[in-house]
Amino acid sequence: MSGPIRIQPGETFTLNVGPQHPATHGVLRVKMEMDGEYIVKAETVLGYIHRMHELMGENRPYPKVLPNLSRLDYLGAMGYTHGHVLAVERAAGIEVPERAEYIRVITVELNRVASHLFWFGAFVMDLGGFTPLMYALQDREHILDALEGITGSRLTYCYFRFGGLCNDIDDEFIARTRALIPRMRKSLKKYEALVTGNIIFRKRLEEIGPISPEMCRKYGATGPVARGSGIDFDIRKNEPYSVYPEFDFDVPVYHECDSMARYKVRMDEMEQSLRIIEQGLDKLPDGPIMPKRKPKLIKPPKGDYYQAVETARGSFGIRLVSDGTKNAYRFKLRSPTYSNMSLFDEACEGMMIMDALALMGSLDLVIPEIDR
Amino acid sequence: MIKDTVKQALQDLFPDPEPVVEEPVAQEADGEEAGDSKKKAKKKEEPRANGVLERDHAKYGCDLDVQLEPGELLATVMILDKASFFLESITGVDWIKEDQLEVVYDFSRYDFEICRVVIRTRTPRSTPLVPTISKIFPGANWHERETHDFFGIKFDGHPHLVPLLLPEDADFHPLLKDFKP
Repeated sequence: MSGPIRIQPGETFTLNVGPQHPATHGVLRVKMEMDGEYIVKAETVLGYIHRMHELMGENRPYPKVLPNLSRLDYLGAMGYTHGHVLAVERAAGIEVPERAEYIRVITVELNRVASHLFWFGAFVMDLGGFTPLMYALQDREHILDALEGITGSRLTYCYFRFGGLCNDIDDEFIARTRALIPRMRKSLKKYEALVTGNIIFRKRLEEIGPISPEMCRKYGATGPVARGSGIDFDIRKNEPYSVYPEFDFDVPVYHECDSMARYKVRMDEMEQSLRIIEQGLDKLPDGPIMPKRKPKLIKPPKGDYYQAVETARGSFGIRLVSDGTKNAYRFKLRSPTYSNMSLFDEACEGMMIMDALALMGSLDLVIPEIDR
Repeated sequence: MIKDTVKQALQDLFPDPEPVVEEPVAQEADGEEAGDSKKKAKKKEEPRANGVLERDHAKYGCDLDVQLEPGELLATVMILDKASFFLESITGVDWIKEDQLEVVYDFSRYDFEICRVVIRTRTPRSTPLVPTISKIFPGANWHERETHDFFGIKFDGHPHLVPLLLPEDADFHPLLKDFKP
């Protein structure tokens, strides 16, 4: 063999990040053309975990698709199943009892906190800090335990039904949830002291990975990515659904457009979710969890329905085209990370590779959700 | 308010400026003959005319529903771009009975006055061709590639129309209704 390959000045080489790389949090591949440490051009390659959920949504009756939705995003599955049941309920005109909607919101918000906690730990680990992951997973465990008690699963929930829920919540769940709110608040303070002010952490993120509001618009970015770029857009407020209008919560928005802003948005969102959960438990009405009158066979009338919800990662949408039969004619899933990730190729041009990986981490990627 | 301005701007595109009213399924025309229900059913099958429809957001989840010819697509998307809409998604629907493929574009705004605009355009099933909007919205690049993967719809002028989610040598389109795995 000859000696080491030397790159001439001005010459570029190709670097493959992934498909099996810890920083991509799943099977995602980015083909990068590098000039030394700097990225000249990047091309994202998807599809390594593509399962064609949209076809599965078309070739089986509506209720049988329910478990599929939680396989999209295994960290924040509750939000996706919420979008699905709301879409079918909108199409078929099913009324949901108020108690069921409250419990849905409580569980969705609990899951949002769990998802953000995992993201927080993994993100800091991407940047080289291992310890916070352990703290975050410990806190997340309490949430998963509480959810497991009522839903029967830890990640891939199939808890919502068309019209309501499959199980009512019990006193144990309420006690657990009540107990974890003050504990989470304490933990959030701890994270702030441990991570947010850390000088290495700040230098890795501040003014790194800028995403302008215009770029967000051109690529259709939503969720914390858009809110970190100064766009006040949260489907829960902008296009209210479920019982969200009855809750008092804020939408954190940061105008710095850098990776740090996206970090701060998610950290603040956890506090807001805790507020929603608290209010939900206080206001929780009595009553049934399934409607009295519900069609035995779900056959939405002919038409084209769209339902958007705010998941932990952004605006998730379902387009349901019904032809009046028991199967959907078209079942389109608009996944938020797909749009958020699509701006990565443009955003990382000219960046150093380590900064690009910090930017990638700040997008909060869950690959099965991109590939569907 | 934004809904009205956008609606006006979109309606100017169509040669017939009459607003298309959603037909209340011809209730006033009954009592003509006994075979009325048959006639009604036949009427429903008629393809929708091009134009702008206003929709009930609570029922359908969108506010404006526009159907147009592929040739008018770019002008329409430019209007939406100027009105600072963002692209939510692009998808297809296979209307095999009518031998047509439909491309559906969802646009929305970062605004408290939500206004979702759906744009549909139809193209023949044998030669599906629609102009690309990725020059106006670079985010459309992936969405169009995905639609090409699933339906085989070609996007004229697309910079890189190769499979995105399917394997790179895929020559099948799984969401076509006559797809056999």
